[in-house]
Amino acid sequence: MIDLYIPLIIMVAVGGLFGLSNVILAEVLGPRRTKTKTKLSIYECGMEPITSARERFSVKFYMVAMLFILFDIEIVFMYPWAVQFKVLGTTGLIAMGLFMLLLFAGFIYVIKKGALKWD
Amino acid sequence: MSSIIDLILGFLSEHIDALILLAKIGLIVNGLLMAAAYLVYFERKISAWAHNRIGPNRVGPLGLFQSFADVFKLYLKEDIIPTLADKKFHFIAPIISIGVAMAVYAVIPFGDSFMVGNKEIFLSVAPGINIGLLFVLSMSSVGVYGITLAGWSSNNKYSLLGGLRSAAQMISYELSMGLSLIGVLMLAGSLDLTTIVHAQSGGKWNIFLQPLAFIIFLVASFAETNRTPFDLPEAEPELVGGYHTEYSGMKFGLFFLAEYANMVTASAMMVLLFLGGWEMPGLYEALGLPAGSPLIAAVQFGVFVAKLVPILFFFIWVRWSLPRFRYDQLMNLGWKVMLPLALANIVITGIVMTILKHYGIM
Amino acid sequence: MSTTVILFTILSIGAIASGISLVTRRNPVSAAMSLIVHFFMLAGLYLTLQAQFVAIIQILVYAGAIMVLVIFVIMLLNLGKEENLTEKFSMRTTLALALGGLFVVQFLTAFLGKKTGMNALPEKSMSIGTTEGIGNVLFTQYLFPFEAISLLLLAAIVGSILLAKRKHEAS
Repeated sequence: MIDLYIPLIIMVAVGGLFGLSNVILAEVLGPRRTKTKTKLSIYECGMEPITSARERFSVKFYMVAMLFILFDIEIVFMYPWAVQFKVLGTTGLIAMGLFMLLLFAGFIYVIKKGALKWD
Repeated sequence: MSSIIDLILGFLSEHIDALILLAKIGLIVNGLLMAAAYLVYFERKISAWAHNRIGPNRVGPLGLFQSFADVFKLYLKEDIIPTLADKKFHFIAPIISIGVAMAVYAVIPFGDSFMVGNKEIFLSVAPGINIGLLFVLSMSSVGVYGITLAGWSSNNKYSLLGGLRSAAQMISYELSMGLSLIGVLMLAGSLDLTTIVHAQSGGKWNIFLQPLAFIIFLVASFAETNRTPFDLPEAEPELVGGYHTEYSGMKFGLFFLAEYANMVTASAMMVLLFLGGWEMPGLYEALGLPAGSPLIAAVQFGVFVAKLVPILFFFIWVRWSLPRFRYDQLMNLGWKVMLPLALANIVITGIVMTILKHYGIM
Repeated sequence: MSTTVILFTILSIGAIASGISLVTRRNPVSAAMSLIVHFFMLAGLYLTLQAQFVAIIQILVYAGAIMVLVIFVIMLLNLGKEENLTEKFSMRTTLALALGGLFVVQFLTAFLGKKTGMNALPEKSMSIGTTEGIGNVLFTQYLFPFEAISLLLLAAIVGSILLAKRKHEAS
């Protein structure tokens, strides 16, 4: 079984090496001109950069990530079910129906609470 | 004596497997680079037609070598890393992006296997993998890090906002994308992409059986690849270049390449999952070639590409026709429209399949 | 068998190295990235045990979803000069060291007590590890735990919204 996955692992490695070699190649081939302070500063439409970009940002992004995890886990449970659906038959449909009912209840709660309201 | 020959032959056949694998990977990587290069070229040509311009026409006949000139130019550009940037992650981010975009191609099949002598050669790098489809999904979710890290490490406000927006957008649409696939899996009964294609043989393409899932997948693909109308992460008037504002030279080039590679991936997934892959009713019977012949494989690859190209054209066409969403509209569409629709699609598919099975139709 | 052993060696060295890197990095983003590498190594180790579905879920859920949240939280909190944060030697560190030491002792006794070397995987493991195998048992034999999970997730959804909303309104 593991032999089937060796090409997969190799391909992941090839992808990483491709990126790495290209970045290094570009560094070797590219010119090294003098670096001034202005040139190496952060781009801010030509202005002197004010304050750092390391600011705290809106909690809404955090909410999205949190809800994403929870719903993603629920979806993960659906893959084995979907693959075996024809075998499981009506029992499977009812089992997943119950599961999805609760998922949907959670979803309604999320919407009603306005957790995903972007203003 | 014969045992030594056996040993050598065994050793050679082992090497033959490795050589075939190497050749396949080489073909995939080069094919991908060529596809991306010409995709960029056609994107520029089509945008020029949409704008009533001429587009690239200087490098080679009709400007056909424009993309290669661009790549060489990118190699010869100076790599600028801002002083305030986090050097390590600024370096790693584009490598993650392109690495993940390429790794996906390990599980994408371009046709059935063919026989050379008594050796079966598959038209994918890693055939027969039980979890092929999930590998594609997981790689696309890992791709989020490339963009988030690029935005964060640059220490630039535009980059940070672009990276964040992109990450939030990608994870939001990953949900509806994942859900839209459930219906396809219910019909095919496997996560192996080749099996999913075979389940659609005889014209039973999933685009007809799962039209809602196809539309959801299509919209989610646009969002996942950060293409217009979902190109908020690099909305030029607001965020300059988005997460790659502080990238120059080949590092920028790698992000660019990853974006186009992802576009090809998304289109290939649509072909495999919804358009029947290399299946074409009646075509292979009409050819009358023996099963396992390399010619069949070549025709299959041709059919696959013939289905791929219109989708790629659609991607480009949409980009130059539609305006951009506002961020709240984008999030509302993803969470409040696509997610419930995808759930409904699963419920409908499940009920219809059960009823059909009850009456003995399926 | 030899491929499995080679892979196991590479992956376990990678897993240990990324684990050490995770606890020693001062920069939280570096630590998080080490953890992602660690998850990939773990996924590989699951593959050597023929647990294909678990392996890909390790990447899809842990590396692809949970770590996104971790990265977001690190960026959200933005501790500033993370390198300057040093811990004082307190009651808590003593307790942590003691418990850690206990774990090492426990691990060593368990490890030394067993015979070394790998056992061949049973034939059955091949079919259990696939998505189909998981689906087969999850929706028949383990149906009740499966339904219980949906309740657990519902509670998690409600809990996360309650917590985040309260902070959101207070600010």
